[in-house]
Amino acid sequence: MPLAKTHAISLLGLNATLIEVEADISSQLPAFILVGLPDASLSEATARVRAAVVNSGLAWPARRVTVNLSPASVPKQGSAFDLAIAMAVLRASGCFQRLDDSFNVFIGELGLDGTVRAVPGILPMVRAVRDLGAPFAMVPADSIAEASLISGIKVIGVKSLKHAVAVLNNSAEGSEFQAPAKTVIPAIPAGLAVDISEVKGQDFAVQALIVAAAGGHHMLMVGSPGAGKTMLAERLPSLLPDLDVESALESAAVASVAGKSVFDGSSSHLDLRPKFEAPHHSASMAAIVGGGLKTPRPGAISLAHNGVLFLDEAPEFQTPVLDALRQPLESGEIRLHRSAGTAVFPARFQLVLAANPCSCGKAFAAQGCQCSAISRARYSQKLSGPLLDRIDMRLVIQPVSALSLQMREETDRNVAVTSGEARLRIDEARKAAKQRLSLTPWDSNSKVSASYLRGKLRPARHVTASVDTALSRGRISMRGYDRCLRLAWTIADLAGHESPSSEDMAFAVALRGNDVPLGGNA
Amino acid sequence: MRVKPKTNESPAGATQVQLKTSRQLLGRYGEDRACEFLLGLGYQIVERNWRCRIGEIDVVAQDGDRLVFVEVKTRSADGFGHPFESITPVKVARLRQLVAAWCENRQASGVKVRLDAISVLIRAGRVNIEHLKQVC
Repeated sequence: MPLAKTHAISLLGLNATLIEVEADISSQLPAFILVGLPDASLSEATARVRAAVVNSGLAWPARRVTVNLSPASVPKQGSAFDLAIAMAVLRASGCFQRLDDSFNVFIGELGLDGTVRAVPGILPMVRAVRDLGAPFAMVPADSIAEASLISGIKVIGVKSLKHAVAVLNNSAEGSEFQAPAKTVIPAIPAGLAVDISEVKGQDFAVQALIVAAAGGHHMLMVGSPGAGKTMLAERLPSLLPDLDVESALESAAVASVAGKSVFDGSSSHLDLRPKFEAPHHSASMAAIVGGGLKTPRPGAISLAHNGVLFLDEAPEFQTPVLDALRQPLESGEIRLHRSAGTAVFPARFQLVLAANPCSCGKAFAAQGCQCSAISRARYSQKLSGPLLDRIDMRLVIQPVSALSLQMREETDRNVAVTSGEARLRIDEARKAAKQRLSLTPWDSNSKVSASYLRGKLRPARHVTASVDTALSRGRISMRGYDRCLRLAWTIADLAGHESPSSEDMAFAVALRGNDVPLGGNA
Repeated sequence: MRVKPKTNESPAGATQVQLKTSRQLLGRYGEDRACEFLLGLGYQIVERNWRCRIGEIDVVAQDGDRLVFVEVKTRSADGFGHPFESITPVKVARLRQLVAAWCENRQASGVKVRLDAISVLIRAGRVNIEHLKQVC
């Protein structure tokens, strides 16, 4: 049969397009022509595929081979088409008795010796294959565990081109490598590396962190160097409950596209822990929000999807980079337009910022700040108003004094909350919030709309007295008022209250903090 | 590697050229087989090994009213690829020039021409011939 067809998947962001790979062998002088808008790395497939076929001991047709990737208008890049191209050519040259033109999807890069190598993005590719209704997908053997995370489709892992041919011909050689049984059962990691109980003498901050974890509230911590901001932020993931499988798969798909592992450290189990991304402040716009020259790639905000994005020394980030966070903070996704097309990556992350109060960092210290008023003002402008407005909690982290540490040692030696205990409370609080919001489109307090907050969820007037005062005295804005209400609901959920009490409300106002947190005038 | 083919049988209709190396002998042997093959198809051999400044045409044959210029490639092993694979686009371009040169030389104008390729692969004493028509 001189004409054959197989299928492959082209990824743009997380959007997959089914690509038909057609191979034609015509009675002409030997040549290998690849058409259908391939990029440079894909054009090189001709060299790889030919060498792989010959070195696998299979016959390469000594005729003109034309391979077309359709739809031709979709830009294609990368090496994931190698296996599909090789299979189409082999089938056109009559290598298979059984394979027909039906829906066969092949994903994998070929080595010159015929090895099938892993490619990034297996998870979203296989998910797309399943959604398109293909009977099976053939993937690199190294990626079989990742591909098996997708249920409802048969995946076959192959080690080499020869192996792939043997599998499709149902020969004995192929059967010994049949796909392993699916192991989707995710394991809960035995122990997390860090624990909130290691934080000494920062009770208020620990409480705030628990509220942030329970409600998914964004958070800014301002404090002098050494106060423990970074230590606190790094312990936030230990407070967050495991993701459900669906969310974990979403995060894993982004990691897969970025070429990262989707498994927790040791096993082949899906990583259910929320991601923690802490880029250095030298990071570029493309590194944070995503980018790439022709093809969009996910940035830190998408890698932190369903997890935490921690920006340490936030004022040191480039201002445009920080302001680029504003839009994804609202929409929960990022749209990247590049020449190859538009990619949409999910970016629903919890933002945690840490900052010094001024450039000398001593605004809260006993010695006092040495910065000039202008220098302070300039430093405080580095975090723009619109960005700060989206941050629910603006905390001042005071340095721990020797005295308070000692007092604490004497009074409540064993009272320090561990992450495990806190996580149980947080779990309860999240369940309570979900229950209350079950008839609404939102699932956590941080996402509820302002009108719903002030309407259906409005607490009694005597409860909101403290916020009303703060509002009337101009200490907080109207939007700040809504943020306080959200925080109060989370605090109430944590405390097990039906609705926020006056104390919950007061705590919320304290957590909301100052509208101008930097500059040392807090 | 290349092995010397059996050449003790007399080549059919070969012009007597001084052959020096085993490569040349192999090439000549392949061309003889190709000519037998073409005769078997009902073609007439017009000329063999026509040379000019640009190069050489292995076989000129006649298929009905059409002149067929044949490039013959002979291999005694396929370790270096199929014989056809050594006919590169550059060589094809030169063959086209050769066709023009031949026609000019023979004052043949208004004739229909065709460029074919024949591969002669000798493996384990067996000769395998493949024929590609109209290769460009």
